[in-house]
Amino acid sequence: MSRSRRDLLWVPVFAILVAFAVPWPLWGVDYVVAGLPVWIWWHVGWLGLCSLLFSRFVASGAWERGMGVGSGREPAVEGG
Amino acid sequence: MSLAIQLGVVVGYLLVALAVGLVAYRVAGATAEDYYLASRSIGTLVLLFTTFATLLSAFTFFGGPNLAYQAGPEWLIVMGALDGVLFAVLWYVIGYKQWLIGNRNGYLTLGEMLGDRFGSAGLRALVAGISLVWLFPYVMLQQMGAGEAIVGLTNGAVPYWGGAALITAFMIGYVTLAGLRGVAWTDTIQGLFMLSIVWIAAVWVLSAVGGLGAATSSMLAARPEFGSFGGGLYSPAFIVSSAITIAFGVTMFPQINQRFFVAKSGAVLKRSFTLWPVLVLLLFLPAFMIGAWAVGMPIDVPEGANVLPVVLNEYTPVWFAALVIAGAMAAMMSSSDSMLLSGSSYFTRDLYRPFINPDASERREAWLARIGVAAFATLAFFASLLRPGTLIEVGDTAFSGFALLALPVICALYWDRTTRDGMIAGVLVPQVAYLTVVLSSVLPLVPTLPRSVAGGWDIALGLMVLSAVLTVGVSHLTAPTAESDASRFAVAGD
Repeated sequence: MSRSRRDLLWVPVFAILVAFAVPWPLWGVDYVVAGLPVWIWWHVGWLGLCSLLFSRFVASGAWERGMGVGSGREPAVEGG
Repeated sequence: MSLAIQLGVVVGYLLVALAVGLVAYRVAGATAEDYYLASRSIGTLVLLFTTFATLLSAFTFFGGPNLAYQAGPEWLIVMGALDGVLFAVLWYVIGYKQWLIGNRNGYLTLGEMLGDRFGSAGLRALVAGISLVWLFPYVMLQQMGAGEAIVGLTNGAVPYWGGAALITAFMIGYVTLAGLRGVAWTDTIQGLFMLSIVWIAAVWVLSAVGGLGAATSSMLAARPEFGSFGGGLYSPAFIVSSAITIAFGVTMFPQINQRFFVAKSGAVLKRSFTLWPVLVLLLFLPAFMIGAWAVGMPIDVPEGANVLPVVLNEYTPVWFAALVIAGAMAAMMSSSDSMLLSGSSYFTRDLYRPFINPDASERREAWLARIGVAAFATLAFFASLLRPGTLIEVGDTAFSGFALLALPVICALYWDRTTRDGMIAGVLVPQVAYLTVVLSSVLPLVPTLPRSVAGGWDIALGLMVLSAVLTVGVSHLTAPTAESDASRFAVAGD
């Protein structure tokens, strides 16, 4: 029960990931850091963060629980 | 002499790509499922790169750097946000669900899936027909990109039509000889090749102009506004509408959507999804920044040429510049092949078989598909000679057209109460409206309708909302038909 409620946390997480892939807080900012405008660095870091959180999401099995499909099946085949 | 090297490298590279396709064709089986979906046997690396490579188009290699050159490096943010993040999320929402359904029921196309669920051959044909309409400008885009690339590379010695014709010939030759397996393998090789070479190109150019800091400061000296985020073309309305229409549009592209059916297992789909944002960034960052840095370089970009080949010609050896352009053209060729191949399966399976000749043999169908591809690519070639807009404009039109399909499809995937009439209304009405807007800008006789309103909001975004409202609203008002079967989309249990 609490598990499936925790799964729902992924919805706001994804919303934030999508919304701030565009560096809105840096609108109009023109600092250059390490040879590139700082908002480009934001974007670079953000996409890295996305990959990281995506892999956490995949590992959590939240999607399978939400869809009602078994998540343990595929690894079980390999592990015997 | 340098012209000979340039053309030698370009044509040579394209021939190698063709050879890889032929080898793949030899190992391929002969069934439709193999020709179109490589027997649903694609692993992580190949799935990742074949999806990646279908995004590797003239839109990315030439349109993107051109726009960054004209309007600033913010294009990196727009493309990164939509392709790297939003598309990855949709990959799950649409792609994974489609994979589950497709695997159970053996679907090959989006139209087939929807037609079966709603018991409607009309809906099936409608979805296929619309997809083919918007595929046309996107194939055209590749031909325009190739034409302009060759102009830029050879400094105009080879005319625009020459480059466009070259890629058209290779496209037709390739797709008629190999199926998806061929395309998937060359996509992987070309994706890896382009990813590495674009970084080598960036490093080469940067070291020639004195390093990263120097390149950025001369960019800022020439165009100070490039340093601050936003402004000019990049209004919030433009950023949001481009990101949404393109990301949703990409999921409905026949070649991308068909990829959702090909994964070997769910694990493959998941791993690809995880790696996606980083992969996208690795490609876009160097490619678009070269375009933006170019404003600070003492170069002259001829009218109608792409900026990328011009920069490479200036700062890297002739053979290397030619190699990058060849790689980009080969990647575009393989993207176009994926598109043409998927388009031909939409045509034969969703239009020809159900309506014209249900008893056509596999052999006949395969030949018909090839003839269809040749005719489609040739028509797109002639249309590309007219050059109806910039690469970004033409690409954007295609993306928006596809995007209008996305919300009704999501509705059908997740809401059991969706009815056939709801789907038809939600798909048809926005398409007719958008097509009217697009055609009004091409046809000289009628007044041009605006594509964006109130400071850059794309009209397609409003039509996307309309498509969702119509699908849900009409579904509420109508009853499911006797032929429709919501259980076709069930994925839980057995």
